[in-house]
Amino acid sequence: MKNTTDGCKKPTLSHSSPLVLKDIRKTYGEIVAVDRVNLELREGEFLTFLGPSGSGKTTTLAMVAGLQNPSSGSIYLNGEPLDPLPPYRRNIGMVFQHYALFPHMTVAGNVAFPLEMRKLPRSEVRKRVDEALELVGLPEMAKRFPAELSGGQQQRVALARAIVFKPPLLLMDEPLGALDRKLREQMQLEITRLHRELKTSILYVTHDQEEALVMSDRIAVFNKGLIEQIGSAHELYEKPMTKFVAGFLGDSNFFGATVREVRGDCCLLDSQNGPLRASNTSRLKAGDKAVVAVRPERISFFANGHNGVAHNTLKGRVTDIIYLGQSSKYVLKMPDGTEIRALQQAQTEGGHKIALGDEVSVMWHETQANALAEKQRD
Amino acid sequence: MHMSLSGGTGIWWRWGRLLMCGLAVVYVIAPLIIVVILSFSSAPFLTFPPPGLSLQWYESLFGNPVWYGSLLTSIKILVPTAILATAIGTAAAFGMSRSEFRGKSIIAGLIMSPIIVPVIITAVGMFGAFRSLGLFGTLAGLIAAHTVLTVPFVFATVSGALSVIDQRLEGAAATLGATPWVSFRRVTLPLILPGILSGLLFAVVISFDELVVSMFISTPAVRPITVQMWSNVRGAVDPTIAAVASILLLFCLSALVAQFMIDRGGDRRVDR
Repeated sequence: MKNTTDGCKKPTLSHSSPLVLKDIRKTYGEIVAVDRVNLELREGEFLTFLGPSGSGKTTTLAMVAGLQNPSSGSIYLNGEPLDPLPPYRRNIGMVFQHYALFPHMTVAGNVAFPLEMRKLPRSEVRKRVDEALELVGLPEMAKRFPAELSGGQQQRVALARAIVFKPPLLLMDEPLGALDRKLREQMQLEITRLHRELKTSILYVTHDQEEALVMSDRIAVFNKGLIEQIGSAHELYEKPMTKFVAGFLGDSNFFGATVREVRGDCCLLDSQNGPLRASNTSRLKAGDKAVVAVRPERISFFANGHNGVAHNTLKGRVTDIIYLGQSSKYVLKMPDGTEIRALQQAQTEGGHKIALGDEVSVMWHETQANALAEKQRD
Repeated sequence: MHMSLSGGTGIWWRWGRLLMCGLAVVYVIAPLIIVVILSFSSAPFLTFPPPGLSLQWYESLFGNPVWYGSLLTSIKILVPTAILATAIGTAAAFGMSRSEFRGKSIIAGLIMSPIIVPVIITAVGMFGAFRSLGLFGTLAGLIAAHTVLTVPFVFATVSGALSVIDQRLEGAAATLGATPWVSFRRVTLPLILPGILSGLLFAVVISFDELVVSMFISTPAVRPITVQMWSNVRGAVDPTIAAVASILLLFCLSALVAQFMIDRGGDRRVDR
């Protein structure tokens, strides 16, 4: 399809071209699990499917693995259609949420399994198993059974088993979901390190946005069976294209508004809270219904009085202050009843302290707000 | 205060429990012990306690072609029965656990029906059917009948084993390059093997022990040991029957021990 030439030019055969999903759809009777997913994975990329449970991300992954068949659409790996291939001919590594280690085989037996399926000679199998266990930091556990390992160790074994046959693509389905927070953060770094060392393309499924931000080159945000937006963490955070993305990745304040005028990349809007200006992220036209999204940390307070600007300026009463250490979160109530959340770094305002019940004025810069199309899917 | 009180009742409870369990065990196994003792009796009829000890009834058992012939017939029935029932029961359990269709529970009920329907009804049904099919009084007929009676046990134990193992293991095996057959052989089969072996043991013991259906469909020419025992009791009772019973008992005890070993073997990997 595209980008076999751009990006990193590794001449390795298995890395020659990306995974492509074309109009993938999966229905169970009346229920639409995956509506229409289009996607192109880049060479050596770490791409995360992020979304709430039931948004279709795991089903999409299962279709790439071949564990489920799409109702319609096609999947291509290295330019070849994957659909006619059963899972055992796809040569794609997969790590499952609950490890799915074979309980009756030792750690070495588990890791050797895919190599035995490929009929590699014994000496080669042993060498590769040792390498893989070394890579995940479990060289001394080879003779143990999975039940004798901790959750974190089991996940490392599952990882070793999925990479030992050097698949060009690695799928990971919420692999850290069953681990506690500390272990999860440690494993995130290890998986990132492995990705750098192996240069394999990775599709990673999670519902944890922090995990997605830490690990991914790009993130595909899933919602109700569709990819809402795909891009780098920075793009998704700074330029969310839909209200769902603006609300799911980080926090946003939303203001309903109508576009009055478009000026270059910026648009002027009318809202109940007065005139607003924002980046015209959704390419709106005059008269369109819109939602303006503003991040809490992009909202600043200014001392009562006038800042000389008529737009993006709101007055409200402080109804809640949540101390967060490095910063504080303020909840303001506007005259029309809507609430705004604003985040302020500690010790920014020189001496002036905002207290509960204060009447305050807030503002934000027009480039820090995104005007999004008011489209709501059900 | 509380401790001493509960300690006091604890001792009473412990002795009471031991006594009750002891009585129950004696009640259950006393007939077995008596049979074993009788089989070594020197008297020519079944009296207890025996006046002296001898091995004559074991000699009679292995010296009399009627007895060892029927013992051989029983073995000729139980070996193919156990193999057939294990294969059919395992295949049925695997098929049922890996597919979803209308009327699945009805099919499962039908497979289990031979142990729910009173045996005498099955026996009468087979009696009628086998006569018209030409299976009456044949080894093949007895094997077929015993297979029907033992498949439910294999089906139940293997279904139980399958319900415990994680189905995602087969998915994992597939992504690692295992064809469905290899995945079954290398992953599923080893995990359900204890269940299959339990079912096999059930099949062996039940076939060996089966009387009612065998009585209906066997003839003096092809007569399993249980039917032979039954007709012996009704004629001239001699302690040979006690010797036969002791051998049956020994056989079942071995099966129990084997079952115990299978369970021990399975536990090591599954839970910890």
